[in-house]
Amino acid sequence: MDSAWRKTPFLAAALALTLPCVAQQPPVPSPAPPPPAPRFVVVLDAAHGGDDTGAHLDSGQLEKAVNLTLNVRLRSLLSARGIQVVTTRESDSSVALDKRAEIANHAKAGACLSLHASESGAGIHLFASSLPPAQPARFTAWKTAQAASVTRSLALAGILNSALAHAGFNVTLGRTALPAVDSMTCPAIAVEIAPERGDDNKILSEPDNPDYQARVALALAAAIVQWRSEARQP
Amino acid sequence: MIPRYQKILFVILLIASLAMGVVLWQLRQRAHRRLLAGQASAPTQAPEVAPAEQATLVAANDAENALIPQIRSLPLPADPGARARALLGRLLDLYAAPDAVHPVGGGATSVAQVFLLPAGKSSPDPNAQVAVVNLTGTFAASHPSGIETETLTVLSICGTLRANLPNVTQVRFLVDGQPRPTLAGHADLTRTYLTAEAVPTEGNKP
Repeated sequence: MDSAWRKTPFLAAALALTLPCVAQQPPVPSPAPPPPAPRFVVVLDAAHGGDDTGAHLDSGQLEKAVNLTLNVRLRSLLSARGIQVVTTRESDSSVALDKRAEIANHAKAGACLSLHASESGAGIHLFASSLPPAQPARFTAWKTAQAASVTRSLALAGILNSALAHAGFNVTLGRTALPAVDSMTCPAIAVEIAPERGDDNKILSEPDNPDYQARVALALAAAIVQWRSEARQP
Repeated sequence: MIPRYQKILFVILLIASLAMGVVLWQLRQRAHRRLLAGQASAPTQAPEVAPAEQATLVAANDAENALIPQIRSLPLPADPGARARALLGRLLDLYAAPDAVHPVGGGATSVAQVFLLPAGKSSPDPNAQVAVVNLTGTFAASHPSGIETETLTVLSICGTLRANLPNVTQVRFLVDGQPRPTLAGHADLTRTYLTAEAVPTEGNKP
């Protein structure tokens, strides 16, 4: 015990001599903080609205209302997963097709979904633009702006298809010419919800069925999350 | 005693009556000759019916989301424009049938005209043609609204033209002779469709 106390002055002197040296050493560079993840934005375009009612469903609902309901569901799910969502309309308002594309292009979105509902066919219809793929250019024609993103749109369609099929939906893929989608520069897919039908073609759920819409929205949200993770991979 | 002026008046009236009788007789004879001439020019034989030919109708199927070719034997006119109109009329008749797998009302009368024009510099093939399909407003107004159903209608028209008129490489649409933004709210009708895009899928989902 005594020896320890006797050694204390020596320890203090040693510390006094070494500390300035330590202080004079150049600071060890600490590891740089990881760069912030690139902003990932999803544009949801609830088609139709206002005077443009869209299809009249057998349940009596108008397509514009069904699209808006799905838009709200999906926006909530995506926001809860930390994804920034931009919508082209939040109410029963008329939005021009060019304006929808403008909103999507200004958002520089990682994915754009145009939401539709129909009484024809069955299950979920996914449509990419039918424009032929083109190389990105500094200036592109407005009506064919999607051409530079068609390849990525087809990849997005594949992920949406997998997620929806995994969730048990009957999915069909196609190409089409939609004025709003053809002017978007983001990976864009038109999602059309048709009635859910059984093996005998009998309707199990109409597109405005809340449970059906909730399941579709969940599958779409899962697909978007996967698309985001793949988009962030080098 | 009859006054002199009455005699003169009687003679004048008699001459006028005889003249009118002669004119009426001549008009009757002229009408008779015209009638006989009309009968002579009336067809004495039934009009020649075009022989039936094998034609391919690329028909849409909503349940399969597919374009399925169907071979039909149809009497088709020789003129290419009339031929195209007859083919599309028959295609739309399929859709207007009660048990149609791609139900769209209207039928054959929904195709007002089909014009075939040279494609010009828009195609490297000098024989390439553009078909301008003029649909009726009634057809567009009654068409079900939806991406799938509208796209299938447009592509089935393009596919049917391609299958039977190989020179037709592009298709444009009019409704009542005017450009229209979309068919029923979705499919773009302002663009030029390439018939090569409308490939039948033989029942498989595209």
